[in-house]
Amino acid sequence: MNLSKILKNSFMVLIASLVLTACATQKKSTNLTQGDVYTGTETVEYLASGVKDRVFFATNETVLTTASRETLRKQAAWLRKNSKITIVLEGHADERGTREYNLALGERRANSAKDYLLTYGISSDRISVISYGKERPVDSGSTPLSWSKNRRSVTVKAN
Amino acid sequence: MLFRYLFFLLILFPIKTFALIEVDITRGNLNPLPIAVSPLSIDEDSKKSFNQILKKKNIGSEISSVVENNLKKSGLFNPLNKDAFLQKPEIANLKPRFEDWNLIKAQALITGKVKFVDEKLRVEFRLWDVLAGKEMMALAFTTVPSNWRRVGHIITDKVYERLTGEKGYFDTRIIYVSEEGPKTNRVKKLAIMDQDGFNNKFLTLGNELVLTPRFSPTNQMVTYLSYFRNLPRVYLLDIETGMQEVVGDFPGMTFAPRFSPDGKKIIMSFAKDGNSDIYTMDLENRIVERVTNHPSIDTSPSFSPNGKKITFNSDRSGYQQIYIMDSNGKNVKRISFGNGLYGTPVWSPRGDLIAFTKLHKGKFYIGVMRTDGTGERLLTENFYQEAPSWSPNGRVLIFYRETKTNSKGEGFSAKLWSIDLTGYNEKLVETETDASDPSWSSLLGN
Repeated sequence: MNLSKILKNSFMVLIASLVLTACATQKKSTNLTQGDVYTGTETVEYLASGVKDRVFFATNETVLTTASRETLRKQAAWLRKNSKITIVLEGHADERGTREYNLALGERRANSAKDYLLTYGISSDRISVISYGKERPVDSGSTPLSWSKNRRSVTVKAN
Repeated sequence: MLFRYLFFLLILFPIKTFALIEVDITRGNLNPLPIAVSPLSIDEDSKKSFNQILKKKNIGSEISSVVENNLKKSGLFNPLNKDAFLQKPEIANLKPRFEDWNLIKAQALITGKVKFVDEKLRVEFRLWDVLAGKEMMALAFTTVPSNWRRVGHIITDKVYERLTGEKGYFDTRIIYVSEEGPKTNRVKKLAIMDQDGFNNKFLTLGNELVLTPRFSPTNQMVTYLSYFRNLPRVYLLDIETGMQEVVGDFPGMTFAPRFSPDGKKIIMSFAKDGNSDIYTMDLENRIVERVTNHPSIDTSPSFSPNGKKITFNSDRSGYQQIYIMDSNGKNVKRISFGNGLYGTPVWSPRGDLIAFTKLHKGKFYIGVMRTDGTGERLLTENFYQEAPSWSPNGRVLIFYRETKTNSKGEGFSAKLWSIDLTGYNEKLVETETDASDPSWSSLLGN
């Protein structure tokens, strides 16, 4: 083999190994997830035009992403405009965890969303919280994408 | 179904031989003990009476079948084929011809007699050491005819105890959640059955979500989580009367309940404002005590058998791990340190081990560790399984597993499984419907 071929092959190997190491992170981003937080719109419903009804979470996490905070700001605005409406925040987890811990995780996720709404002036007696743990998945599949759709806090009109 | 029973225990000829036959249950048993379970002998009049009441043609054979199935499922015994038996039940019970039983390679033999007396079922049974040619045990008792299956379970417990030196686990029940429907809309009901799958009964109707039922040590009461009226709370259910009542008056979700070993308290998690802590409530005076006070999630509490310590699940270190503490909440100590997430800790009735669920690299494991966290041993691995519960003798674990036929989630099913502490004898526990969240009762006779 001549030198240029060797160099070309080495270069290909180098590129390939860089691509592979880039993919070896724990939380893969795809076009429907960021980290492993779902960013798609399938399963999302709307409380009003442009107001998504839910926010999503990373595995084992309860922190709100930037996208989640934007959704909740819109929900807060809608709730301020419709001051008679009360809501229930439903917290959920995916199936890749033990049942009781997931109940607690769902409760914590719903409260993350609630706390954020409170900072936008929504009164806490308009909001109640319930956790369903992993009992009410919207997607029964066993792929990371399915699981990401299930890790959510959903805002439901109570009245 | 009324759960009345009446037992008179008469000990006949308690001849104690030194055991030539012995079954070691601490090691994986690859040589189950060959045992012959002779059908219990029964006179014609008794046969007719029992057939009338129970609709069973030969209750003597039925009872011995219960014994046989129990022994076989334990993995420690090999009940021999009845067709090979040379001696008839009536004769074998009086004085077996040990050469006949030796011929078919039986090392132990169970014989007995059942009789209809004063509207009741009276049973006598004997355990024989075939090699030594001696009687090892003889017992008799009386009960109502409808308890005939329990008679088989009690005989099994006595035989198991005599041959292994450990108490049995056959006269017990399992409470669990019966599941039906698609995963996105599962209908769940509380159900209870004998440990061998018979006498299944539903305890709730399926109108509200029910989860994680656990027996009281007295076996009459059950505690569980119900979403009645969309308010998830811990409830108490009396199995006999069907009466349900909410435990305490908490302003938020309570969940993960268990009884204290004396049956007097419920220990559980209470979630408020994103934080879950562990609380107890005394069932008599209704006093609520807070046990943990930490911003992390604290859940899945389980008492040690002497009631002095509690093991629980907490993410205070960042991820789900197992901790122990004194029953007053002091001296919290982490005991799980392996790679992965740990959950569902349950203290063994023997006090020596804590069973748990572990999640690592996408796989679920059922395992045990010593109460100081050393000696971690994983018993079984699966794509999805969790929630072990101990048999009352601390030798067998029951848990549940979910399977799907494809990654789309089709063909979803949940089933109960059991495995011995040795890691052997992993087997499916048959249930009419799909099932999850099993909890094992104590021995019913206690």
